[in-house]
Amino acid sequence: MRRHQTRSQTRAGRVGLALAAVLTLAGCTLVGGPAEPGSGERKVVLVTHDSFVAPQELLDRFRRQHGVKLEVRKLGDAGRLTNELALTKANPVGDVAFGVDSTFASRALDEGVFQPYRSPDADKGPQRHAPEGGQDRLTAVDVGDVCLNIDPSWYAERSLPEPASLDDLTQPQYRDQLVVTDPATSSPGLAFLLATIAKYGEDGFTAYWNKLRANGVKVTSGWEEAYNQDFSGAAGKGPRPIVVSYASSPAAEVQDGKPRTKALLGTCYRQVEYAGVLANTRNVEEARNVVDFLISAEFQETVAEAMYVYPAREDVALPESWRRAAPLPDKPAFLPAEKVKDGRERWVEQWRKTVHG
Amino acid sequence: MAQDGARLTRRRHDAPRERAGRWALAGLAAIPLGFLGLFFAWPVAAILGLGLRDGGRGTPVGVMLTSGETWRIVGFTLGQAAAATVLALLAGLPVAFLLARCALPFRNVVRVLVTVPFVLPTVVVGLAFRALLPNSGVLAIVLANAFFNVAVVARTVGGLWAHTDRRAEDAARALGASRWRAFTSVVLPALTPAISSAAAVVFLFCATSFGVVLILGGARYRTLETEIYLRAVNLFDLRGAAALSLLQLAAVIGALTLGAVARRRRESALALRGRAETARRPQGGEWVVVTIALVVVVLLLTPIAGLVLRSLSTVDGWGIAGYQALLGVGARDALSGVTGFAAAANSLRTAFDATLIAMTLGVLASVVLSRLPRRRPLLAGAMDTALMLPIGVSAVTLGFGYLITMDALPGDFRTSPLLVPFAQALVATPLVVRTVLPVLRAVDERLRQAAATLGASPFRVWREVDLPMAGRALLAAAGFAYVIALGEFGATSFLVRPEAPTLPVAIARFISRPGELNNQMAYAACTMLMVVTVLVVLAIERARVAEVGEF
Repeated sequence: MRRHQTRSQTRAGRVGLALAAVLTLAGCTLVGGPAEPGSGERKVVLVTHDSFVAPQELLDRFRRQHGVKLEVRKLGDAGRLTNELALTKANPVGDVAFGVDSTFASRALDEGVFQPYRSPDADKGPQRHAPEGGQDRLTAVDVGDVCLNIDPSWYAERSLPEPASLDDLTQPQYRDQLVVTDPATSSPGLAFLLATIAKYGEDGFTAYWNKLRANGVKVTSGWEEAYNQDFSGAAGKGPRPIVVSYASSPAAEVQDGKPRTKALLGTCYRQVEYAGVLANTRNVEEARNVVDFLISAEFQETVAEAMYVYPAREDVALPESWRRAAPLPDKPAFLPAEKVKDGRERWVEQWRKTVHG
Repeated sequence: MAQDGARLTRRRHDAPRERAGRWALAGLAAIPLGFLGLFFAWPVAAILGLGLRDGGRGTPVGVMLTSGETWRIVGFTLGQAAAATVLALLAGLPVAFLLARCALPFRNVVRVLVTVPFVLPTVVVGLAFRALLPNSGVLAIVLANAFFNVAVVARTVGGLWAHTDRRAEDAARALGASRWRAFTSVVLPALTPAISSAAAVVFLFCATSFGVVLILGGARYRTLETEIYLRAVNLFDLRGAAALSLLQLAAVIGALTLGAVARRRRESALALRGRAETARRPQGGEWVVVTIALVVVVLLLTPIAGLVLRSLSTVDGWGIAGYQALLGVGARDALSGVTGFAAAANSLRTAFDATLIAMTLGVLASVVLSRLPRRRPLLAGAMDTALMLPIGVSAVTLGFGYLITMDALPGDFRTSPLLVPFAQALVATPLVVRTVLPVLRAVDERLRQAAATLGASPFRVWREVDLPMAGRALLAAAGFAYVIALGEFGATSFLVRPEAPTLPVAIARFISRPGELNNQMAYAACTMLMVVTVLVVLAIERARVAEVGEF
């Protein structure tokens, strides 16, 4: 009996020690981490997508200026964000939203997610990109065009001419060189499909895709696989020199001051990201301040480096490296939001039938 | 007969005590079931209800359910899950044998290593298999799903195997049975509850796997899980998504019921033993099994080694830029100023909370399930199935469900940091039940009766009889729950707050950005996640040194 006790005591001791080690390691509390600093403070909540980045010093400045804390809440990609805003419109999880893009704008507008607000600075550029039928509710914050990217060194090594247009891709000399993403699962994939519809029309785009298919186009579900694994210009050093990506991507591939990749500016489709005040917020004033903040010159100057997009304001200059590696396309394709909303499911289905047979 | 007679007599004499026991059991059951109702059933029912009503928009349910496409998707979902389950069983059983029965010096290393695949984010594993097997579609999906789940089989089956009495097998051998014959007629029947438990869990994980199917299947191979996501998120077709979710639920309940029926037929009390006396040096033909197990381990490590190499390779040779950037702040601030260390700490913290919750719920549920009288198989079956459902329901369904229900809880629970460990616990609890329950059920009821006859209170009975025998399974369950929570991605990415990303969420963010450094950081973060996992499993293994089970 005595022996048994001693044994169970050491056992308990050892288990306790291990437990303590894990506890220390985890710095645990069941309340999940450090208490929020100043949780009694007034705050305004910005709901946005995963790619949103704002420099801390700007957030601090906002707090000093307006006396409220700007809290950021990220809700996945643009599609999920739009859905979640629609599902929670009666009792929103925030006061103001940023990140609904031109592909999803009409859904958000139809659902009545946003309330009217036009920022005083909207005329300094953003208004150019305002969505049809939503100019009073949505303010353009940035522009992120989807373009084909190519690997110039791949062509240089083989002394072949680089492709320049969508038509070039159907030529035999560009056989088995293009990798695109599925429009059903990937947002750049959808933008590229829309670019082909804008160019060849609703009746002609399937014929174009038939030619791409005959010319060996490769399709992946996500941008990650296409860009990181199949594209020869990125770190993965894949086999294909043409990929669907963004106009801004070459700015991330600069090595020794020289861009290793290049966007084909004749193949771009315009994507705009919007901000707006949520319909049922109780903090209307603060929410409006956030929209003003997002299109203020200070914030707009940061969007290129931080989020790989182009500022919507006209009076904000791009970083020097961008001007060389990733200039903003000047004549991108674009389809009205309403048309995209109505056609989208049908087009994607037609695309599926054409490309996968 | 005699035993039945004894029980009858006892019931007559102890009627009030029995009734009190039944109430206590109901009280214990109320905790896990209440949690499940509040944080699973309610949000899922609410979003399905909303989807089915949804103002007549979206694809009508009838159209959805009668379309040939839908049924092809159902067929593919179940088919690939079944294939991956079989593969995981075939690969996992030799490893379970090695872990449970072989006294070999490297056994503990193997035990730790096999859990590593389980925590890796699907996007990374998807990319790794895509690199290894380009253009192989279905095969790559099945392999990748099995890759994740070998650990489930090895650990669930190994847990029971380590406790089964070796002497029955030795007796069979002594009576002239071949090694194989002894295995199929003595060992296998004893392990059936654990094997079918593991199979059920693996099947659910494979049927609802999302990232892997998306990356490796392209648009060609679609499962219910990917289709629900695409309908709900990209096409705003909540009604179509709800219809598919109902199908998914029906399929999952069907599969679980089949599994439960198969399991019940085989369940029996086993003579459980402490571990030390069941492990010994392998002899003769056992070395073949050990070799197979080691081959499996090497195969599991191949993609993992690839990830580590990727984290160290740069355009001009080798480098550790990814690690440096990870330990400072992300080069382009993909994590909004959160370092890799901070993300690792977040992971550990939420996983710890999730483990506490999952262990509480899972152990309570297992105790209730093991004590439910045998003449109430329907009740036990229903509760068992209900606990398993969270693995079988799509993360997007649950995530959207939380959005439209959790604001009714005090303090707008939708934005509470607690939702992350809660959701992780929902996924981990079934694993706890599956690890602990087979052992509790295998405890000979007569031992409990004997203890009770000698005057032990129900709690004392549990402490003196069940706990020592299930001790090993409890530790295994805790370790596994922790690892599941560490690796959980689907629900976590939905609920996590941006300033407190977990490692898997951070990895997915890095890899979705262009530029070499982001790529290196993603793979460096993977390595970090693996190291953290190994350390945690080791810490839990330490506790296991003080093996319980001296009886």
